[in-house]
Amino acid sequence: MHIFTQLSLAHFLVLGSVLFAISVIGLVLNRKNLIVLLMAIELMLLAVNLNFIAFSHYLGDTAGQIFVFFILTVAAAESAIGLAILVVLFRNIGGIAVDDLGELKG
Amino acid sequence: MEFKVIVFWVLALILVVASFRVITAKNTVHAALYLVLAFFNAAGIWMLLEAEFLAIALVLVYVGAVTVLFLFVLMMLDINFEQMREGFRAHLALALAIGAVIAVQMGLVLWSKVRETVPKGTVPADPAYSNTKVLGRVVYTEYVYAVEIAAVILLVAIVAAIALTLRRRKETKYQNPSQQIRVRREDRIRLISMPAAERESDGTAT
Repeated sequence: MHIFTQLSLAHFLVLGSVLFAISVIGLVLNRKNLIVLLMAIELMLLAVNLNFIAFSHYLGDTAGQIFVFFILTVAAAESAIGLAILVVLFRNIGGIAVDDLGELKG
Repeated sequence: MEFKVIVFWVLALILVVASFRVITAKNTVHAALYLVLAFFNAAGIWMLLEAEFLAIALVLVYVGAVTVLFLFVLMMLDINFEQMREGFRAHLALALAIGAVIAVQMGLVLWSKVRETVPKGTVPADPAYSNTKVLGRVVYTEYVYAVEIAAVILLVAIVAAIALTLRRRKETKYQNPSQQIRVRREDRIRLISMPAAERESDGTAT
């Protein structure tokens, strides 16, 4: 088998797409649990970053790694604010079930 | 079979299993711990791709900060995990269908075009090559505005997270500096004039 003897770009791209598909499945499965939803989003970003780094390596261009750097920054900010919102939510409605979040419907 | 290939397959296998457990774990704390494992293995794979700086940054930022934040929040909140898993089986078919569609689409794209257009291997980096040095040189020249914007985004995130979660308890006492500064002499000192009391003279004093 060729894929077991030599690494190529396709290995990393397939791994990234498998990760992405797993996290999309996670988003649909864990609709009630807001924390696992956030974790699945982190996994998605990880898959995207893997693609960027793989292309950066095989094309010999550092721009991809710079982009990953900024994605990491934004992802960290996003999860920090998301968790802060979660804490406030828990204080106000006493739980984090997604179904209880209908207050903005009016 | 090259050593790099073995390392890749081991890391990739653990990464996929760990991320699968993240989305299926019954206990959310276990999901957070599997997330740590997934990030560690992803860092290993980034090392294979010669992105050393980002691999270390992933471990520091994600394992050291973000996942610990997840764990903190999990332990602060009182969550009914059983209630959270309602509808898990009901959505399973839909989830698998969506996942299969995504996997098939990506597979079609990858196996049809990428193999022909992208070079098979890369030139091995020379021993003096420093990934961190190269990145640093580019980040602070070509991408300096983007770096500053990223810094502002992080600042906004800090301020927003603190402003959201800060609450003032009613029973605790705290100082109000503006009130302290605005205080006047009349608020604090009351001068009263009262008549001097007569000293009792019982005749014993000289």
